[in-house]
Amino acid sequence: MATTEVERRRGQLAALSIAAVVIVVGVPLWWRTTETYRAWLPFSQIKDLSKLQLHLSADVEVVFARGTLTPEQQKKLPLTQTQDEEHAVDENTVLRYTHEIKYRTATIMEEEALGKPTAAEADLSLHMLSESPCGSSVVYVIPEVSSLLPENVKVYIGQRRTAILRINAEMRAGKTVEQLLAVLKPQIKQVLQVMSFSHTDITAALSDRVRFNPGSKESMTHSMRAFTSSPGYEITFSLLNPDPRSHRLHWDIEGAVQTYIQPFLTKLSPLANFSIDSQMLHYAMLGVNPRYNNDRGAFILHADSLAHVINPVEARLGSNAASSNPVLNFLLYVPDAQHSPLYIQDHKKMDVPSNAFHSPRWGGIMVYNVKNLYGPEAEFPVNININMAEVMGVFLTQLRLLVGMESSPPPPGFLVAPCGSVGLADWELDRLMWSRSVENIATATTTITSLAQLLDQIGNIVINDNIAQQVSSAVTSVQLAVAELEAGNLGFALQYSKETILASEKAFFDPSLLHLLYFPDDQKFAIYIPLFLPMCVPILLSLLKMASEARRRYREKQAKKD
Amino acid sequence: MSLSDSLISFRNSFISPRFVQNSAGQFFSSGHTNNWAVLVCTSRFWFNYRHVANTLSVYRSVKRLGIPDSHIVLMLADDMACNHRNPKPATVFSHKNMELNVYGDDVEVDYRGYEVTVENFLRVLTGRLPPSTPRSKRLLSDDRSNILIYLTGHGGNGFLKFQDSEEISNVELADAFEQMWQKRRYNELLFIIDTCQGASMYERFYSPNIMALASSQVGEDSLSHQPDLAIGVHLMDRYTFYLLEFLEDIHPSSKTNMNDLFKVCPRSLCVSTPGHRTDLFLRNPESVLITDFFGSVRKVEITTEPKFSIHQSYSDSDP
Repeated sequence: MATTEVERRRGQLAALSIAAVVIVVGVPLWWRTTETYRAWLPFSQIKDLSKLQLHLSADVEVVFARGTLTPEQQKKLPLTQTQDEEHAVDENTVLRYTHEIKYRTATIMEEEALGKPTAAEADLSLHMLSESPCGSSVVYVIPEVSSLLPENVKVYIGQRRTAILRINAEMRAGKTVEQLLAVLKPQIKQVLQVMSFSHTDITAALSDRVRFNPGSKESMTHSMRAFTSSPGYEITFSLLNPDPRSHRLHWDIEGAVQTYIQPFLTKLSPLANFSIDSQMLHYAMLGVNPRYNNDRGAFILHADSLAHVINPVEARLGSNAASSNPVLNFLLYVPDAQHSPLYIQDHKKMDVPSNAFHSPRWGGIMVYNVKNLYGPEAEFPVNININMAEVMGVFLTQLRLLVGMESSPPPPGFLVAPCGSVGLADWELDRLMWSRSVENIATATTTITSLAQLLDQIGNIVINDNIAQQVSSAVTSVQLAVAELEAGNLGFALQYSKETILASEKAFFDPSLLHLLYFPDDQKFAIYIPLFLPMCVPILLSLLKMASEARRRYREKQAKKD
Repeated sequence: MSLSDSLISFRNSFISPRFVQNSAGQFFSSGHTNNWAVLVCTSRFWFNYRHVANTLSVYRSVKRLGIPDSHIVLMLADDMACNHRNPKPATVFSHKNMELNVYGDDVEVDYRGYEVTVENFLRVLTGRLPPSTPRSKRLLSDDRSNILIYLTGHGGNGFLKFQDSEEISNVELADAFEQMWQKRRYNELLFIIDTCQGASMYERFYSPNIMALASSQVGEDSLSHQPDLAIGVHLMDRYTFYLLEFLEDIHPSSKTNMNDLFKVCPRSLCVSTPGHRTDLFLRNPESVLITDFFGSVRKVEITTEPKFSIHQSYSDSDP
């Protein structure tokens, strides 16, 4: 009797201890070994990022030249005003624009500079005096009697960051300073729309965040034409020679790139890295047949057929296999002797002066006619040196458009200075930097928030430490970039925005983040049940038996007590 | 409202100093600037010849209509043209009259053989490839890309079989598309699938701007077209055969729209009922051209006169 009791006791103890081991050691062990490693992410900060409040601010100086102000008005200067504008683009994005305008009178040296005969020279001497920091603008107000600007021109926008505004005499007569400034305000605002950031530009840059808001049609085409922000771009210059038997072409591409393109790209270096290469393709045809026009005595390529030119050529173009940067292709096509000369006509049947066309987010093609360079008695193949200046002028125009420069004409009464040898005015660079910073910040915030959402939703993805670090650094950089934009430090804002986009893209596209294979619930049960059920059933049954026996004994004890 | 009319009016706006008619919206109504195609054949073994032929025929159409190889990711799970059981080596035919060799002479296969796995497919779609992957194996699309995705193979209710050893479920596919949408990797997506019970694969999509077509409904099998007694296997599936026939009539400037594509292969020819899904798509299918997805018609703008003068001798004295 006692032995069975002892054995039963031993059996109960064994079952209890096994159950204890399973629960205390087994279950946590199983839990730890099957959980996915997820490093800590700053989810709360990322949630804050989804509501984007961008505050762009720029410093403006308005300098009054002699003859624009009455002495009473002059006494009130220098004066500072703030122009503030707020737009809610959608429920998550708010844009605020601030211009901090400082009004003052011109110094003696500035007066001397403004006394130069032409606006361009004035611009140059003003620039010699002081260089405006990145992101700021200076507007010089000159009296009506000044001969600096031509007759119908009200505003002259220079190559750097200065503009010259002509004021009407009746505007300033008999007014206090405040009234004068109020009258000037819309004019200054118009100038700043051209030179500094404008709402259409910035909303176009936000197209990543604000998807279904086309805005104005110009901004949509503008946003479609320019390449998206990328840390680097590749530019490829290709010379297409369909007829090597007739033409032997020489082009000094290296020299031309060094002279014309490189200064432009160097100036753009805060935005992105550019790498350039070139190639020559022989026997590369255009793919469309131009028609011969008897009146012109030349072959005509109509604008409608231009869209089909690019594809057959693109298949032949090489590109750098190692990098994933977007490629800008610039093609120079020299028509073959049978189809020379070849002109491009627009839809109005008029010749295109540049003989070139470009395709949004792809590049440009220029047709270069060489028929006039040799006569019928020439010995084939003819050696031809291509005039790189002409070619590079066209390519540079196309490059400007593809990089994101504004192509819409300025408002009436405005005269924009030609951009000089570099091909880029300082204020144009500033505008690009503003929209680029905003675009980077918008893209990075969407990337980070969608990554956080994704990681939250899918519990199976492993989050490694390096990803967590990338995300944290991306979040920090975004906050810094937004702060710098608010402070008006354009250079730093752009730099931080580039850092944040690099970090966020790296985190989002990390190869380890592949969604672990989806296991439907029935499959999970099918795997666990054969493993755990055979082990658990005896333990559970013995526990149940112990429990029922304990209850029985307790009831017996109760019965004995009564 | 044709494309050329819109080109004309947009062109006018560039020539004249002020925008004459702001029809830029019409011109860029489809909103895309480049096209990509991801064509996947998921089955291997000689008796699945028709799946490779399916994929190659779509590849051929897409190339013919203008999408360059650099923008096509072609994944073939097996090599039929150079298979040692192929009595006509280096060819893949779509019909037993052997008129059309869809293998052609310019095929660029990006993922071949055992490289075609669910993981690689998802990596291509989401972009999470190791940094050493070459450009030709990547889907480098942006927010203005229209992407055509074509899948074929053996499938069932809610899954598609890859390589006879693994499968991709419709949930994973829908999640992958959602990740593409989150990262703005496409403007519009056309998804075509030719498998048994193909409609189940697009049931779970929830991202915007996706249009889907399938060769059969849930519970139906997609049938193959005709066998060829010389080659010994079925050469092509019915749906893709009639799709190829339809696409052979399309040329780069044709104006056929999606409603015609939905009518391809009616029940009388296909035996199964092809299905389509357009509720996630923003535009009206009638206004969507076939060439918006299958071809690559580039938008073009004329370059106006440069605004600055470039001198022959670089002797400017700008500081």
